[in-house]
Parts: sequence; C-alpha cells; structure tokens
Amino acid sequence: MKRTGIYFWTGAALFLGGALLMTQLIGNQYPFFAGYVILQFIVLAVSWSILGGYAGYVNFGTAAFFGMGVYTAVFLFKATGAPLPVQIAAAAAVGALMGFALGLLTLRMQGIFFSIATIAATIIIETAITNWRYVGGAAGIQLQRPAVTAPFDNYVEMLFFVQALLVVLAVAVSRYIQRSWMGRGLQALKDDELAAECTGVPTLRLKLMACVISGALMCAAGAPSAMYLQYADPSSAFNLNYSVSTLAMSLIGGTAHWAGPVIGAIVLGTTQQLLTVTISSEVNVLVLGVMLVLFVVAAPEGIIGLVRRFRRKRNEGEG
Amino acid sequence: MMEAETQTPLLRISALTKRFGGFTALDNVSVDIPPGERFGLIGPNGSGKTTLINCISGAFRTEPGTVTFRDEDITRLQPHMRTRRGIARSFQIPRPFRSMTVAENLMVGLDFAADTSVIVSEAQRREAMMSILTRMGLASKANVSANQLSQVELRKMELARAMATHPKLLISDEAMAGLSSSEVDEVLDLLMSLADQDITIIMIEHIMQAVMRFSDRVMCLEAGKIIAIGTPDEVMANQRVQEAYLGT
Repeated sequence: MKRTGIYFWTGAALFLGGALLMTQLIGNQYPFFAGYVILQFIVLAVSWSILGGYAGYVNFGTAAFFGMGVYTAVFLFKATGAPLPVQIAAAAAVGALMGFALGLLTLRMQGIFFSIATIAATIIIETAITNWRYVGGAAGIQLQRPAVTAPFDNYVEMLFFVQALLVVLAVAVSRYIQRSWMGRGLQALKDDELAAECTGVPTLRLKLMACVISGALMCAAGAPSAMYLQYADPSSAFNLNYSVSTLAMSLIGGTAHWAGPVIGAIVLGTTQQLLTVTISSEVNVLVLGVMLVLFVVAAPEGIIGLVRRFRRKRNEGEG
Repeated sequence: MMEAETQTPLLRISALTKRFGGFTALDNVSVDIPPGERFGLIGPNGSGKTTLINCISGAFRTEPGTVTFRDEDITRLQPHMRTRRGIARSFQIPRPFRSMTVAENLMVGLDFAADTSVIVSEAQRREAMMSILTRMGLASKANVSANQLSQVELRKMELARAMATHPKLLISDEAMAGLSSSEVDEVLDLLMSLADQDITIIMIEHIMQAVMRFSDRVMCLEAGKIIAIGTPDEVMANQRVQEAYLGT
C-alpha cells in the first residue's frame, strides 16, 4: 500500500516538474495551447468519473459545471479584478454548492432520469447566464489578461502549469476516494442500492458527497478557461460537447480505476488535437462518436478493462 | 427461551399497515419478538412476508403503524440507520455486490456498520471478515468474484455479509429456496449456530421441515393478516393454516 503511494507521488512530482520545465524550455506557444486543452479534459474526465464511474450516476451536466466555472471567473475578474488562484478557488466553492443543490434535487432519481435532469439543469443555467447582461449576455464578453507572474514569461504557459496542478489535485482526490471506505461504499451502491443500504451504506449521503466533490473539481477546471480564451460566451462555455467528450473519455479509459479517465482523456484529447490541426475541428465529433461506439461494443469496461482482462489471461496461462 | 417472554421485546411491531395503491399488503399486523428467539414466518405466496421484512428493514415506509427496536421507534429511519442499530437481512433473490469479491462484499458491511467498540483498525476489520467467512465455510472463496459463486454459496455469502454488520436481529428471507436437501441442512445448521450466539433470527421459509426444526415460534400470514401464531406444532395443527396452505 505504502509503496504504491510513494510511486504515485513521485510520478506526480515528475509530471509537475516536467510541465514546469516545458514552460521554461519550449519557446513555441502551440504545445501549451494544445496541452492546456488536454489537461483540462483530464481534470474533467477524472472528476466526472467520481460520480459517473464510481457511483454509476451518468452526469450529462459537465458543461453546466464547466460553464459555471468559466462565469465565476468572469464575474470575479470583472467585479473585483481577482487574481487567478482566487478565481479557481471561488469556482470550486461554487461548483461544490451547485453539486450539493443539484444532487439534493436529482440524486433520488435513478438511471436515465438522473441523466435527463442533469441536461435540464445545464439548459436552465445556460439560459440564466445568457440573460445576465453584466457578464456579457448572449454576445459574450472580452477579457484583458493581467500581467504574467514569474517564472512564466507567457500567460498561456502559466495556465498550462496551473491546469497541470489541477490534474494532480483531481487525480489525488479521485485516487483517495477509490481506495477509501467512500470508494467501497460507492461501488456497493453502484452494484445494488438497496443491498448497500441494508449493509449500512448511507447511499444518499455518499452520492451527495461524490456530486459535491465532482462538481467542485469540474468547476475549478473551467475557471482558467476565461483567461485562456480571453473571451467567454454562454453557448461555448455551456457547450454540450464538454459533457459528451468528458463522458466518452471516461468510458473509453474505463471507470473502474482512477487511471482510466486519465488514459481516456490523453488518448481522445490528443487525437482531437491532431485531427483539429490535420483535418478540421468538425471531424473531432465524428471520431469521438465512432470511438465511443467501438468501445461500448468491443470493450465496455474501457482500456482499463482490456488491460485487466489481458493480465488475468496471462496469469491463468502461467498458472 | 421461556424466560425470554418476560423481557422487553427486541422488536415490536404495532398495528403495521402497508398499502400499495388500493391493495393492502399488510393489514394491522402486531407482533413482539423477544431477544434470542428463533422466529419462523410462513404463509402462502403473496401473503405479505417479504413486505413485512421490508418494513422492518426500512426498504418500505409504512403508513399507520410503528416498528420499535430495542425500545427505540425506528419507523422513520432509513435502512442504513436500522442496519447500524443491529437489523440485518438477506434477500429472497440474492443481491450480492457483483463487481466485488466475496471478501470485499463483507468489507462493505465492516466499513459502514461494524461494531466500532471492538473493531477499529483495517487489520481488525480484515480479521473479522476472515473469521466470519471461515464460520460460514466460505474462507476458500474470499478472493473469488461474487459473480462466480454457486447458488448455495451466494446464499451463504448474503448471510455472511449480514453478519459483518454485527446484527442483533437477522432476517433470513428464504435463504434455502432452490437448494438441494443437503444444502438446506447446511444453511439451517449455519442459522442454528448463529442463533446460539445471541442473535435473534426471523426466518422466512417455504420448506416446512426447516421451519419446524428451526423455530421456537411460528407466525403464519395470509393476505396481509396474521392467521396463526404459536409453537410450530400449534400452528401446523391450526385449521386456517392448513386451509391457507393446502387450499382446502
């Protein structure tokens, strides 16, 4: 147990060190521009998986949380000129509250009904923001980036590193949950909610906790996006694509282990970035759809499931 | 068991009624179960046996009527709160946590409802898990996925998982249904040995031989009403019970 912890934190430190080193060594802006998006999707997929994977409650409202993160940052920046860390922390708090409220309202519903409720919530929130003039309304809002802080010499490089920090945070939280009593309880209620209750699992409270944590992380992932684009508008901030991509990444990676969504987000995110550059950004959606169908049919437990099956076979072969 | 009658009951069900729309599944059911009793619950299909234990374990909310457990009114408590107070159950159709191993199934109970005055550390939880599995004859299956168990193993695992929540009252809902006669004896012996450890047991069963051998007292339900309650012999001799069962 302890040894895997050392490996994990060493890996995390190496990852952050590598990200920081990249910002210092690479002059070209494009890798950071593309890398930021991939990192952002890792955070989204990992946090989605806390509720969608461990608990099995398929949330189509990723865009609602992401968009609220964007607009929390926009509002704070316009109203008070708050610095980036404050924007992110506030977005996490807003996301937690939103997760709590949404969870209370919807987590009593099961299966497809919960999913539909999360789509409805996304539309309601988007409509509210579209009609809020102060943050730009439907036309969107332009933002002027403040000066960048050392050791970074470029704002996008800094955002890239900040998003890398969020990746480590999200993965550490998700890993902790998976390995703790909370993960066991979520897995139990995913398998059978009544049996879990009758074995002492407080199912509603656990689902709420998962929803709050997942919401806080997704909102935090959205906050730096305002400064990344220097612009925000409701139809892109609350775009359904965020919900679909996040879900696809988690499912393709596999939701049984914290590493699944990480792998899924890296594979799909990188593919999307390559396609955007080589063909067009429209092809992304097509490829996403095809990959999702392929995985659902051929490997319903995702890449993690494939790896486990392969290992089991090899062990049996040896035995 | 006779002196148990004079104690305050472990479980008291008073005037319990459960309706599904216009259908009355339980009609004004009252019964006291003293600590340590082996209580058999019988009745034809659809007579309300499982509904009654769903009301006791909290899966159903009851309208009129109260459930009192160890002098506490638990009528409004959620199932997990009742489990933590000492009411455990198995299911008529086994409901294991299929994505987990047998050991992990038990760990859920130990994580969330273990006796925290005795079991504190992870090591103690694992020890308790292994000792329950050994007692249930499942030790060799600890690391097997719940998906791969045979019917009798599933039944035993459900009882083992219930035991992991350190129950004072264990409700066994047809734990022997679909088992061969040697397997029935095996599960019955298990339940007997649990009853010897101060666990009060309510057993729902269709296999009469098992009910007769097991129970101190038997209650027979028909159409949501109690039609007979008493010693096994009394209940079997009852005219209405015979009519309900044999349809004569």
